[in-house]
Amino acid sequence: MLKFCMRIFSLFALSASVLFFIFNSAFAGNPTKVGFVYLTTPGDHGWTYAHELGKQMVEKQFGNDVKVSVVENVPEGPDATRVIRELAKQGNEIIFTTSFGYMEPTLKVAKEFPNVKFEHITGYKRSKNVATGNIRFYEGRYIQGVVAGLMTKTNKIGYIGAYPIAEVIMGINSFAQGLRSVNKDASISVIWANTWYDPVKEADAAKVHIAEGADILAQHTDSPAMLQIAEKKGALGFGQSTDMSAFAPKAQLFASINNWGPYYIRKIEELKSGKWNTGDGPDHWAGNDWGGLKAEMLLISKFQNMPDSVAKKAQEALDGLKSGKINIFAGPLVDNTGKEIIPAGKSLDDGALWGMNYYLKGVNGKVPG
Amino acid sequence: MLSGAVGALGAVLWLGNPYFGIIAGALSGIFMASIFSIFTINFMTNQVATGLGLTIFATGLTGLAGAPLIGKTVPSLPKIEIFLLSEIPFVGEILFKQDFIAYLSIAIIIFITYFLKYSKSGIVLRAVGDDHQSAHSVGYPVKKIRWYATCFGGMCAGIGGAYIPLVLTPHWSEGMTAGRGWIALALVVFASWIPWRIIVGALIFGGITIAQLVGQSRGWPIPSQILSMMPYLATIVALTMISGRISKTNSVVPASLGKPFFDTQ
Repeated sequence: MLKFCMRIFSLFALSASVLFFIFNSAFAGNPTKVGFVYLTTPGDHGWTYAHELGKQMVEKQFGNDVKVSVVENVPEGPDATRVIRELAKQGNEIIFTTSFGYMEPTLKVAKEFPNVKFEHITGYKRSKNVATGNIRFYEGRYIQGVVAGLMTKTNKIGYIGAYPIAEVIMGINSFAQGLRSVNKDASISVIWANTWYDPVKEADAAKVHIAEGADILAQHTDSPAMLQIAEKKGALGFGQSTDMSAFAPKAQLFASINNWGPYYIRKIEELKSGKWNTGDGPDHWAGNDWGGLKAEMLLISKFQNMPDSVAKKAQEALDGLKSGKINIFAGPLVDNTGKEIIPAGKSLDDGALWGMNYYLKGVNGKVPG
Repeated sequence: MLSGAVGALGAVLWLGNPYFGIIAGALSGIFMASIFSIFTINFMTNQVATGLGLTIFATGLTGLAGAPLIGKTVPSLPKIEIFLLSEIPFVGEILFKQDFIAYLSIAIIIFITYFLKYSKSGIVLRAVGDDHQSAHSVGYPVKKIRWYATCFGGMCAGIGGAYIPLVLTPHWSEGMTAGRGWIALALVVFASWIPWRIIVGALIFGGITIAQLVGQSRGWPIPSQILSMMPYLATIVALTMISGRISKTNSVVPASLGKPFFDTQ
């Protein structure tokens, strides 16, 4: 009899626990598993560090409702495919791949795991379960141009670019538009480093710019080397990706800061509520989740080392961009050889920005290659 | 170089004086060289494979050791102006207004030239490099001598690495040498193992590196990629010239280069 009671009891307990488990997973919710793939370690103090801050915002926002896995130092190429596949296998429901070179690997793995959502950062190819997200970095460069135009004494701006690709070129052109909005005599000369990250080369390029007479420096590479040289030689410049004023307290005018957190949080919320989509539609470029100052995906650090009058102009430019009053690439636009790009009354759309292979007026030389 | 860089920056942060950074950089370089020596000299492993392995290991190790240094900056080495000489227009600016490591590098070249050519120990070192069996049979401790030489090389590489955070860009970030150390290998070949030619080679290599940046800034009509290619092209030309000469006289390349020494015979 006792044995029978025990059996009944244990059956009851078992079914209760199974019921509890089902109930628990259905209503209290298992944590959403989120994967991140990083190009380097957060120790780069630049690109990947900014993604790490975004990831931390996700953890803070969702707490126990998410379980985040990160793989650092993943080279772009076959290794990336393996890492992304492994993350998908482990049951991550949404995977953020945070570098341009992960584009093909992401698409490849996405095909094998149709139920997993993928978010490729800075890419332009989408599929059924791959969305793309990016930041309108060029908006910050417009403000840099305004500040540079007001601060320069030599009217020479030194710009260090990584590679002559559309993303970097639109930054240079946006800078030129800001520059010429306040100073028609100043011009930009560009040195291509042909690397995203090589502190020594970036420092050398900065020294050459200063020796050639530039007094304001801007960069589209990742290390704080340029600002350190500016600090040493009494020039001024802008921080990249993160606030770099610790490296150059007297030289940094301001920094454009990449703020991925709100984007990650929004996409994970969409996934949780079943509203996640790739944004694909008839206009390919409109589907790209491309937020800037207004979406607060791009932040501007404190304006410093400049007179109040300049800081005021910079603030006006920032407000104008946020409200949409300033349209950076509004016609009439001519390139630096005098060829018309777009007539008055029209402006460049996102697709045209991603096809940029020319310099606008205010930039010296021509795009290599 | 990476270990030199991280060691130097750590020491400066800890002790506050950039000159300690040079010593720390040198010691870190020696540390790496002794790991290399243990494997290649005592365990007689393949030198190329061990070297590659050590490079990858050092990248990881320095990343780990450097993690607390991220985001910190240090005072850089001051320029030393040599009294009166630095006032000479143009030449004075170039020759007598450099930092300590720049002077040190020239002193090291002069020392090595003297050492290898005129001192007895230098001649023994060359013998060990050219024919370790003969050197061994006359009673020289081949392994010990190779240990010293490797550590000296490591020390120089460490000081070279220390130069980056101490002078060029006073901060630490992972892999900040960006493979610059390999240029040293190209330089040795370019100089065909003759010390004073290293100075010439280094000036040409460095000059071309800067020239391609200046060229871009001034809008020279040469693609920057061609100028970036030049140092390596020069190395290949130098190699061709050396191999042309080998047929006529003895090789300038140390005959036992890369060969492990077995002392059992």
